[in-house]
Amino acid sequence: MSELKVTAIKEGTVIDHIPAGKGLKVIQILKLDKLDGGALLLAANVHSKKLGKKDIVKIEGRFLSEEEVNKIALIAPSATVNIVRDYKVAEKFQVGIPEEISGILKCANPNCVSNHEYTTPKFYVISKEPLKVRCHYCERTMEEKEILANL
Amino acid sequence: MWKGKDVISIRDFSKKDIEYVLKTAENLEHELKEKGSLEYAKGKILATLFFEPSTRTRLSFESAMHRLGGSVIGFSEASSTSVKKGESLRDTIKTVEQYSDVIVIRHPKEGAARLAAEVADIPVINAGDGSNQHPTQTLLDLYTIKSAFGKIDGLKIGLLGDLKYGRTVHSLSEALTHYDVELYLISPELLRMPKHIVEELKERGIKVYETSDLESVIGELDVLYATRIQKERFPDEQEYLKVKGSYVIDCEVLKKAKETLKVMHPLPRVDEIHPSVDSSKHAIYFKQVFSGVPVRMALLGLTLGVIE
Repeated sequence: MSELKVTAIKEGTVIDHIPAGKGLKVIQILKLDKLDGGALLLAANVHSKKLGKKDIVKIEGRFLSEEEVNKIALIAPSATVNIVRDYKVAEKFQVGIPEEISGILKCANPNCVSNHEYTTPKFYVISKEPLKVRCHYCERTMEEKEILANL
Repeated sequence: MWKGKDVISIRDFSKKDIEYVLKTAENLEHELKEKGSLEYAKGKILATLFFEPSTRTRLSFESAMHRLGGSVIGFSEASSTSVKKGESLRDTIKTVEQYSDVIVIRHPKEGAARLAAEVADIPVINAGDGSNQHPTQTLLDLYTIKSAFGKIDGLKIGLLGDLKYGRTVHSLSEALTHYDVELYLISPELLRMPKHIVEELKERGIKVYETSDLESVIGELDVLYATRIQKERFPDEQEYLKVKGSYVIDCEVLKKAKETLKVMHPLPRVDEIHPSVDSSKHAIYFKQVFSGVPVRMALLGLTLGVIE
């Protein structure tokens, strides 16, 4: 295996095993592009035994909540999260799809009230495999393709 | 248990809830027949917020509130309200709840009733939100079926017409999953019931038959629930013209039906049911309109907490 081309971080979070091409979306979902603290590193399209190709996101000096991390599962269910302290992995967990999704997903129904009034969009996960969610407001069901387009 | 509760979606109703509303409506209908008018909601005010017109539903709610002895305020189109000045739904609801004890809302946006219920501290009843839900219509449909047959279990029910865009048939089929019924989905190919609903019905143990040929199944049915093919829901008028007038229920078609078949329709109708059917023993669509009053009386009384 070729040497990993991304610098190790002392403290922070490493999101590994992101399907290739989804790394930027992970950064957007977690609003990491607005980071005002440490470095944000993205390794895209690197070799992976498990996935063939994968993306990796490293966030220096920031620890994500489990709920925050679970949002990633919507686009990268294979992702793993490593909490790094003093250059060592102190904690590692697999992401999981939450039962409810609030605030990160927009309803695909243009006539849904959540797209017109001040409110936080909310969805219930009705199936994890394949991924299907139902809008709390208009009750419309969205499948994976629509979910990804509206993150 | 019911005081302060919102009525937003038929999905929120258990079988026990449905049966309780139907029983309460039945009691109220009898009591109303006996006494002429009731006073359960005396001193209570209903606000009917109709952001789009719907004569039947609005009048039915207003009639129900008057029959309960309460009074009504409200509007029947958004253009005469502060919405025209750009007021948000949230603010309209917060304002109106200062004047009333219960709100009934009809709104063109899907999910508007759910949002209104979250904002208001008083009960909110959904009278139709876009093409999403119309739970009181579903409850009155169930009430009509139960009044006609004394039961819902064991019936073979045909849903006919626009099953793709028809809000009433989506909600009714959802509610019928609480019962032991067989559903016949009869529509043109273009207007079939959405796949996810058919799958859900099957998953919940309902026997579902799909066909476009009414005459081949009419002899099986106990209830034929016809719907209008809604021109306004079609993104393309050419598509509408392909299916316009697909079904016409007339006395000739009904010759193949059981003697006891009941024909229902949420109304308004265009040409789906010939007027000659109105006077036949099969027609119960005007009784269905009447059912709206006791059912809505029950919902208003229960959510206001004046009936238990």
